[in-house]
Amino acid sequence: MSIPSEARRVAVRAGLVRGWRETRYSLTDPTDLVWFFAFPVIYAVVLLFMRGSTVPGTDFELGAMVLPSIVGMTIAFGGLAGPANQIAMDREDGTLLRAKATPDGMIGYLVGKTVMFSLGTLVSLMVLAIPAVTVADELRIDGRTALLLPVLFVAGMVATVPMSVALGSLFRSSAQSMLIFLASMVLISVSGIFYPITALPTWLQWVGQAFPFYWLGLGTRSAMLPSDLVTAEIGDSWRTLEMFGVLGIWAVVGFAIAPAVLRRMARRQSGSVVAAARERVMAQGY
Amino acid sequence: MTYGTKEVLAGVSFTAQPGEVLALLGPNGAGKTTTIEILEGFRGRSGGEVSVLGSDPVHGDEQWRARVGVVLQSWRDHGRWRVRELLDYLSRFYTPYSTAEVTRPWDVDELLDAVGLTDQADAKVLKLSGGQRRRLDVAIGIVGRPELVFLDEPTAGFDPHARREFHDLVHRLSDFENTTVLLTTHDLDEAEKLADRILVLDRGTIIADGSPDELARTLAHNAEVRWTAGGERHVHAVAERDPTDFVRRLLASHPDATELEVRRANLEDTYLALVQRVESGREHTHAPAEVSP
Repeated sequence: MSIPSEARRVAVRAGLVRGWRETRYSLTDPTDLVWFFAFPVIYAVVLLFMRGSTVPGTDFELGAMVLPSIVGMTIAFGGLAGPANQIAMDREDGTLLRAKATPDGMIGYLVGKTVMFSLGTLVSLMVLAIPAVTVADELRIDGRTALLLPVLFVAGMVATVPMSVALGSLFRSSAQSMLIFLASMVLISVSGIFYPITALPTWLQWVGQAFPFYWLGLGTRSAMLPSDLVTAEIGDSWRTLEMFGVLGIWAVVGFAIAPAVLRRMARRQSGSVVAAARERVMAQGY
Repeated sequence: MTYGTKEVLAGVSFTAQPGEVLALLGPNGAGKTTTIEILEGFRGRSGGEVSVLGSDPVHGDEQWRARVGVVLQSWRDHGRWRVRELLDYLSRFYTPYSTAEVTRPWDVDELLDAVGLTDQADAKVLKLSGGQRRRLDVAIGIVGRPELVFLDEPTAGFDPHARREFHDLVHRLSDFENTTVLLTTHDLDEAEKLADRILVLDRGTIIADGSPDELARTLAHNAEVRWTAGGERHVHAVAERDPTDFVRRLLASHPDATELEVRRANLEDTYLALVQRVESGREHTHAPAEVSP
C-alpha cells in the first residue's frame, strides 16, 4: 500500500482514538456535564408544568408528545451548535494549527470531532431517558422506533455537522459562535418542539420548516408517538419523504461549502494569527 | 515578502546544512516570526524563492510535513488532555512515514524522559508550569523525529535552570539525532550558546551571517583606546575596524604613554546598540553602532 493511503488509514484510526479520549475528558469536566444534563433537566421541568395538559384535539398527554420532540431537538442542537463553537475555540487556542502541523492531522481532527459529538449527543439522549420513564407507557416504542431512531440520528448529524463546521469557520472569534446558541434557542421556539407547530401563524410555520429542528422533531415524533397523533401535525401527515428531503438539502449544501470554508480558514492559521487571537482575548476578555 | 502594503522582508537569503543549528537573531519586529512562518509553510509570500527539504513550503505535502517539526511561541491547545495521551495521539500520525534510516515516531516514554516530563505524564496539559508546557511543545515538535525543527523563541519566559536544560536538549538533537534546527531568539547570549551560525535580522533584512566569532568581527567595528600620559588619563574611540594603526601612531608620538588599554566593542555591545536603536525608534543609519565610553 502506498504511503498516502496507508497514512490516511492511520490518521482515521488516530482520529477514533482522539474522539474516544476527548469524550472521556468531556464526561469528567464539570462545565461540559452541565451541557449533557441541560436538556434532560429542562425536559423534567417542562414535564412538571405540563401535567394535565393534553395535545389539542386529543386526550394525549402534552408532556409525552414533547419527549420525542426533545430527542429530535437534542440531535439537531448537538450537531448544529456544538461543532461551530468547537471549531471557533480550537482555532483560537491553536488546536487547529497543531492539526495542520501534523501529517494528515486534519483528518484525525475531523474524525475525532465527529466521534466526540456523536458520542456526546448519545450520552445526552441516554440521560434524557431518566425523566422519560414517567411518560414511557404513553409512547409507542416498537420495531419502527428501533429502526427509525438510529437512522434519524445519523441523518441529523450528516445534515447539521457540515453546516455547523462551515459556520464555525466563518466566525471571527469563539465569542461570536455564541450567536449560534442564541439563534438555536429562537428557532427551537418556532419548531413545534414544546407545542404543536400548527398553533403558530403560517409565516412562522414556514420559518420553522426551513430548519432541521422542526424536521428532526417531526421524525422522532413519527418514530415514538401513536399513529393517531398525526392529526396534530401539518397536513395530518408525518411527511417522512419531505423530512429526508429537507435534511438531504442541508447535508448537500453543508458538504458543498464546509470543506472549502474550512480549508480557507485553516490555510490562514499560523503562529502569529493564534498569538494575535490570544492577545485579543486577553485585552477584551472575549 | 510584502504584508499588507508594507514590504516586511527583503534580502533575506540563507541556506542551512543538515545537522546545523541556525539562530535567527534580531530585536522584536525584525521579521523573525514572518521568516520562520514562511519556512514552516504557514504563511504565503509575495515573492522570492524558498526551498525547505527540497520543496516549496507552500506546496509541502503531508510527506514533507512529516519531516518537519514546528514549535511555536505560544501553544495553549489541548489543555484538557493528559500529557502522555496527547504525545501518544500525535505520535501515531508518523508511523507510516518511518523509513529504513529514520524510525518514526519517537517512543513516547523515551521522549517524555528526554524532555524531563516523566513525572508529569499523567498530568493535565493545563496544569503544567510554563517551562514544562514548553518542553511538552518541544517533545511534540520532535516526536516524528523530524529532519528539521523550527523553534520560535523557544525559551521565552524560562527561568535560568529551565533555559539550561532546554539548551542541553537542543544540543542533543543536533549532535545525536543530526537534526537541523532553526530557532529565533532576541537573546544574543542564547544564540551564541546554541547556534553554529547566527543570522542577524534587522528590519526585514539580514545584516550579518556567520559563526559567533565571525559576527564579532563583522558587526563590531569600534574600539576604545585608553592610556595615561603626562599624569592624565586619555580615552579615544577608534572608528576604523583595526585599532592597531592608531596605537602604533600613538606610541610613536607619545613615548611617555603608559597603562595602555585597547577594548574592542564586543558582539554584545553592538547588538545592544542595535536593539536600543530599534526600541527608541530612531531612524536607521548604516553607520557603525557607537559605543559609549
